[in-house]
Amino acid sequence: MRSLLFLFLIIGSVLLTFSAWADSLSVTSIAPGVYVHFGKQEDAFPFNRGDIANLGFIVGDNSVAVIDTGSSPYLGDQLKRAVRSVTNLPIRYVINTHVHPDHVLGDVSFVGTDTVFVGNARLSAALQARGPYYMNALPRTVGEDDAKGAQVIAPTLSVQDETTLDLGGRKIVLKSWPTAHTDNDLTVWDAATQTLFASDLLFVNRIPVLDGNLSGWLSDLEGMAAIPAKLVVPGHGPLVTEWPQGLSDQRRYLTVLRDDVRAVIAHHGTMEQAMDSACLGEKDKWLLFGLYNRRNVSAAFAELEWE
Amino acid sequence: MGSRCLLLLAALALWSCGVCTSVARAAEAGDLTRWNEIRPLIFGAAEIENGEGIIALDAPTRAEDAAVVPISIVALAPQSPDRFIAKVSLVIDENPAPLVAVFHLTPLNGSATLSTRVRVNDYTNIRAIAQMSDGKLVMVSRYMKAAGGCSAPASKDQQAALARLGKMKMIPPERVMSGQPSVFHLLISHPNNSGLQFDQMSRNYIPAHYIKLIQITFDGQPVLTVEPNISISEDPSFHFAWVTDHSGTFEVKAVDSRDTVFTGSFPVTVAPGS
Ligand SMILES: [Zn+2]
Repeated sequence: MRSLLFLFLIIGSVLLTFSAWADSLSVTSIAPGVYVHFGKQEDAFPFNRGDIANLGFIVGDNSVAVIDTGSSPYLGDQLKRAVRSVTNLPIRYVINTHVHPDHVLGDVSFVGTDTVFVGNARLSAALQARGPYYMNALPRTVGEDDAKGAQVIAPTLSVQDETTLDLGGRKIVLKSWPTAHTDNDLTVWDAATQTLFASDLLFVNRIPVLDGNLSGWLSDLEGMAAIPAKLVVPGHGPLVTEWPQGLSDQRRYLTVLRDDVRAVIAHHGTMEQAMDSACLGEKDKWLLFGLYNRRNVSAAFAELEWE
Repeated sequence: MGSRCLLLLAALALWSCGVCTSVARAAEAGDLTRWNEIRPLIFGAAEIENGEGIIALDAPTRAEDAAVVPISIVALAPQSPDRFIAKVSLVIDENPAPLVAVFHLTPLNGSATLSTRVRVNDYTNIRAIAQMSDGKLVMVSRYMKAAGGCSAPASKDQQAALARLGKMKMIPPERVMSGQPSVFHLLISHPNNSGLQFDQMSRNYIPAHYIKLIQITFDGQPVLTVEPNISISEDPSFHFAWVTDHSGTFEVKAVDSRDTVFTGSFPVTVAPGS
């Protein structure tokens, strides 16, 4: 009986998780044809090889779309092998949900004559401004070996507002959002399974990082809440199955951030005073709070003092 | 600072950018390699003494957001007519433009304490060098770690930055007390763009677009002159002190690298009975 249960567990994990007897990232099939690798809820370091963001791919009848490629060519290669462990269809599209290095620096692994690199219309400018800096920091973040061969790949298809890609019998809708987490956020909607790849517009359990516009983010969340999603893949954190309830923690944090920072500004306080005092009630509710809250406050302060 | 000196610093900026794309050279605490290159360009052969006890640098040990790091240069003695800080230079060794800003002060500031926000590109030493009224140079420095993860010393919202260009704010303290130093906060909306990005299409460096001069006066009297550089954060921010016994008006003139002039006029009311 015990061994039968054991067998079930093995079969279950083989069905759900195509990890690697070969060398590839572990991916989970969350819906028919939709696969996700869940990154660790950590900051990027050589010891975790920068494996911190959620990466995914969607398989249609004649092609595959990859959604984000990881922190390094090493992770890009691993993700590519994970795709190959599921299908031999061509990887036609590589979609970058935004400029951050944990989402784009595996792109180079997918470069091919027919690969289309897709991003928000503002991604190209952001990559240009930040790319050299990210490349400089990469050996430090993921280690010298994993960083080798990294390149910033310019998007070849820009999404101004919305664009639909046809993977063969399966259409996915890409949407560019007003500035929020960054000024180049993009989500992916798979209508067939009502799955939303939310990009870093959604953090679950891990503290959200503000690198765009706080007011814009709060208003984007209302737009996202209206999407009739059954499954939502956050940029960081576990799969969300209750929507829009799944974004309420993040909405609360961002609202507290806005209100606390506004209060300091109203009393002619400084950025440093705000960094020392804002959002302290959120401290135990988020992973990596100590690493990112002060940074979020400084970004919010620089934005809100112009209100 | 002469134009030859500026040219040399610009050359240094391009050189370091070429380097930064190939090898990560993160300075360690106490690493003087870069400082020894910069120092003669800014200060020539002048002797620089230890500034502890005269000024202090208030800065985080790790940059939280590479694009916006708040820094204060704290003056430990008041400005008095017979001994005051005339000039403060802020230097970030490992930045593409290491001379972040030069501040010119007067005895009438009351206090020479200054705050601003800077970009920090890498692990680096940060220095404040004060020139005293007798010409003597003194320096304090400290080491700062670069911001982690996805932080970059770049704009968060490139379109918004341009849309607000040239707007200005002067935030007074809640009460301006007669005859005592009051801290004012000047904000100028400007992308203060480094211009060091390489444009793949034109095969050129995008020209820098930054504030190069700020002059503040109070009823015609000089208050503070700043010569900033691209290492100052987007939407340049400065806290400075001023002493007055009467209500009056700050006039601010800012000039950017395209020679566009921005001006602002800010009345100040001294608290009655103070
Ligand atoms: Zn991100």
